[in-house]
Amino acid sequence: METAVAQAKTKLWGGGRSPFNVSYGKLMMWYFLMSDSFTFGAFLISYGTIRFSLNTWVDHNYVFNEFPLTEANLPLAFVSLMTFILIFSSVTMVLAVHEGHKMNQKGVAKWLFLTILGGVAFLSCQAWEWTHLITGQHEVLVNGVIERWGTTVSHNPWGPEVMFQGHLVATPGPVAFGGYFFGITGFHGFHVFTGVVINTIMFIKTVKGDFAKRGHYEMIEKTGLYWHFVDLVWVFVFLCFYLI
Amino acid sequence: MSQETTHLGTSQADVATVKRIWKAFWILLVLTILELALGLTIYNIDLGVDPNETLVLILKGTICILTLAKAFYIISIFMHLGDEINNMVLTLALPACLFVWFIIAFISDGASFRNLRNTDGGSRHYIEQRQHFHHPISEPAEKADKKLD
Repeated sequence: METAVAQAKTKLWGGGRSPFNVSYGKLMMWYFLMSDSFTFGAFLISYGTIRFSLNTWVDHNYVFNEFPLTEANLPLAFVSLMTFILIFSSVTMVLAVHEGHKMNQKGVAKWLFLTILGGVAFLSCQAWEWTHLITGQHEVLVNGVIERWGTTVSHNPWGPEVMFQGHLVATPGPVAFGGYFFGITGFHGFHVFTGVVINTIMFIKTVKGDFAKRGHYEMIEKTGLYWHFVDLVWVFVFLCFYLI
Repeated sequence: MSQETTHLGTSQADVATVKRIWKAFWILLVLTILELALGLTIYNIDLGVDPNETLVLILKGTICILTLAKAFYIISIFMHLGDEINNMVLTLALPACLFVWFIIAFISDGASFRNLRNTDGGSRHYIEQRQHFHHPISEPAEKADKKLD
């Protein structure tokens, strides 16, 4: 009994094969994603610490209620669209990987192309959101004077409201908000951008037939892992900044 | 990689895999819509006369649990971690459990900072201070103890 177990252990960890039945590249991608998730986790948790340390914070329903091409008050609408775009691009990525398992070059190219489109759409939405926040003209009471502020890393107009000359007007908001919002969504957006670049390279290689020649589409699977990670981080960024 | 090279396969396993992927998509969509519904509910409660803080907290907690469910589906089905060897999954899942300690420690740190702010370093009883946040450029240099940032 003991010799059988010892033999099985030697066979699994004796070298010459993957004990987890997974390739080196895929396993290392998983461990990179784990390290990156701790980086994002650290950013988001420190954001939580600062939020918890203050009596007031910005009201996200009030800050993020704009939608392109309308003047309506639509809390959560635009960011819901962004979440849907990213989840959908994740589905197209999984389907691309699935076509890769079947060695279907055309299928991989089609679904990979849709994934790239989804990534570009998400980045465009994020660019609109940033532009809209930075160039915003929100009334704010500063030193007894009404100014018009956008949201930047040094100031924002989302502080508690006070009565001034008969109507409610905002005061400067917590300075940390800008740095955290642009920093975390920017870092995530950078990951989306690099994901789009890598996906484009993979698309070109697929169309050229490099993977058909190689005999497997495992590279698509590894880039797929990175893309799903990007989607996963967005789910948590969406949670921390827009929902809770 | 030793995979079946059935070109343009419509085998039963193939159809089942694609169905599983789309099923996961619909689950994620429903979870997201639920989260949004709860988020909008919180928005409407906060607009009301006397917002029930406990209810808001319960709704926020539910949203967090729904997000964790979404994370589970994305990792298990989209990233195929559910199909990997258990011991490999553990080399990822066990270190991830450090997040629990991470979150508890730093959120309670934040709560402690707030408590110190509101009790002036622990020297008096708790008064929730009205906080003023200032434009860092337009304000002249002021004594640190005059304002609470």
